[in-house]
Amino acid sequence: MTPLLQVKSIEKRYGARIGCSDVSFDLFPGEVMGIVGESGSGKSTLLNCMAGHLEPDAGQVIFDTRADGPVDTVTMSEPERRMLSRTDWAFVHQHARDGLRMSVSAGGNIGERLMAVGDRHYGDIRDRAIDWLGRVEIEKSRVDDRPSAFSGGMQQRLQIARNLVTGPRLVFMDEPTGGLDVSVQARLLDLLRGLVREMGLSAIIVTHDLAVVRLLADRLMVMKSGHVVEAGLTDQVLDDPQHAYTQLLVSSVLQV
Amino acid sequence: MNEYNFAYLDEQTKRMIRRAILKGLAVPGYQVPFASREMPMPYGWGTGGVQVSAATLTPEDTFKVIDQGADDTTNAVSIRKFFENTAGVETTEETEKATVIQTRHRIPEAKLRKDQIIVYQVPIPEPLRFLEPRETETRKMHSLEEYGLMHVKLYEDISQHGAISTAYAYPVKVSDRYVMDPSPIPKFDNPKLEMDAIQLFGAGREQRIYAVPPHTKVVSLDFEDYPFEATKADHPCDLCGAEDSYLDEVIMDDAGNRMFVCSDTDYCRSRREAGHKGRLAEENAA
Repeated sequence: MTPLLQVKSIEKRYGARIGCSDVSFDLFPGEVMGIVGESGSGKSTLLNCMAGHLEPDAGQVIFDTRADGPVDTVTMSEPERRMLSRTDWAFVHQHARDGLRMSVSAGGNIGERLMAVGDRHYGDIRDRAIDWLGRVEIEKSRVDDRPSAFSGGMQQRLQIARNLVTGPRLVFMDEPTGGLDVSVQARLLDLLRGLVREMGLSAIIVTHDLAVVRLLADRLMVMKSGHVVEAGLTDQVLDDPQHAYTQLLVSSVLQV
Repeated sequence: MNEYNFAYLDEQTKRMIRRAILKGLAVPGYQVPFASREMPMPYGWGTGGVQVSAATLTPEDTFKVIDQGADDTTNAVSIRKFFENTAGVETTEETEKATVIQTRHRIPEAKLRKDQIIVYQVPIPEPLRFLEPRETETRKMHSLEEYGLMHVKLYEDISQHGAISTAYAYPVKVSDRYVMDPSPIPKFDNPKLEMDAIQLFGAGREQRIYAVPPHTKVVSLDFEDYPFEATKADHPCDLCGAEDSYLDEVIMDDAGNRMFVCSDTDYCRSRREAGHKGRLAEENAA
């Protein structure tokens, strides 16, 4: 089986400081990978390097494209990479307003990716937008409301709908539940888990919330100071942490 | 006029503007940056159009200025006077006789010929500006032909108003490549953008020049199920009776009376001189 994404020795430096260094892993179709670590450990830098938002200083990010098979996205041309990020990739930001157009209605937000890949039939676009609103549990009657009139949890769900409408194969998520209260978090996680399983998505989830990875991720990488200190199956890493930092992380979770 | 170089600008500047115009003609719809000069009029009054006209005019040209279709409004009169004083060219109000026409917000009703040049005044040349405020990003979108966002605007129109409500500055795709703002002309004029004359667009404040060469394909953007429509008030002109021209609505009193008149004053006048009469024409004739 060809891995969907192969990351090979990715390194990103900010001057003398290390963003992330020597990170390698394979992600297979349908697999969800969690990346945890404290603030400043290089999680987001790594995610942005993989998603093409940052240019890594070294290493390869090889994606198994539909047309040409495995291609290094770091060296591919910008139009190709942007096309990929509109079709086969999705990126869910921590703050919904970074990923949404706040002055455009919910329907327009969901339809944007469809129109960007050449959909030109208003009725079809609208039907698909309404369908997706239903799938992320937003009332259909709100299709013409702007995201600014939505609650934080709804905005996050709308952002997910907007990203998944073109049927991507790989989703990058940066703290998708950050800033939401626990009951909304739980619903969002439930929804995400359903969508990931139903659509057979592969996902890379960056978070500092161990509950999120316990629920969603098949595999886990623990990062500290830009390096991966431990990796393995989620339950294995969380239940039997080997590295001192992972032990600290796991024991820091409050039990209620 | 001896105090001024011909058409106000110095020769170096005109040369720079002509280079931008030629580049614009070579790449239809592409916004060419140019070093816009201070002109003796405020931004928003046609400084871009004036600079393009100044670089285009020759002493043999006949010059016409249109402001919202009319020849006799402030903007038109002042720009016409400006070139009378600084270039000494012939001026006219008749579309037929003009060789260079500077316009704001309208394309004349009369069909333009291949020996004419029409210069548009453009306030905001970037059609994507209100959707994407970053210039670096809009330039990238143009260079990569990423125009999905333009349809998001049209989608919003339909979802809010049931139809594409953009009535002016309606976005077009030029020569199957660049999406272009045709300046704030009514969308009624959009089909005329495929014409025999050379079309030049100047934006002074934004420092951009772009162009559409004669016989270039210009397509107004739309949806398959909501096709583009060139709309106008459903009424004949009350002065000349024309049914095919773009109309201005004029409120007559506070009792709800109104009249519709051709926005193109030259077209209306020539029709009335030819004997055409509209609903309210008699009292004018008397």
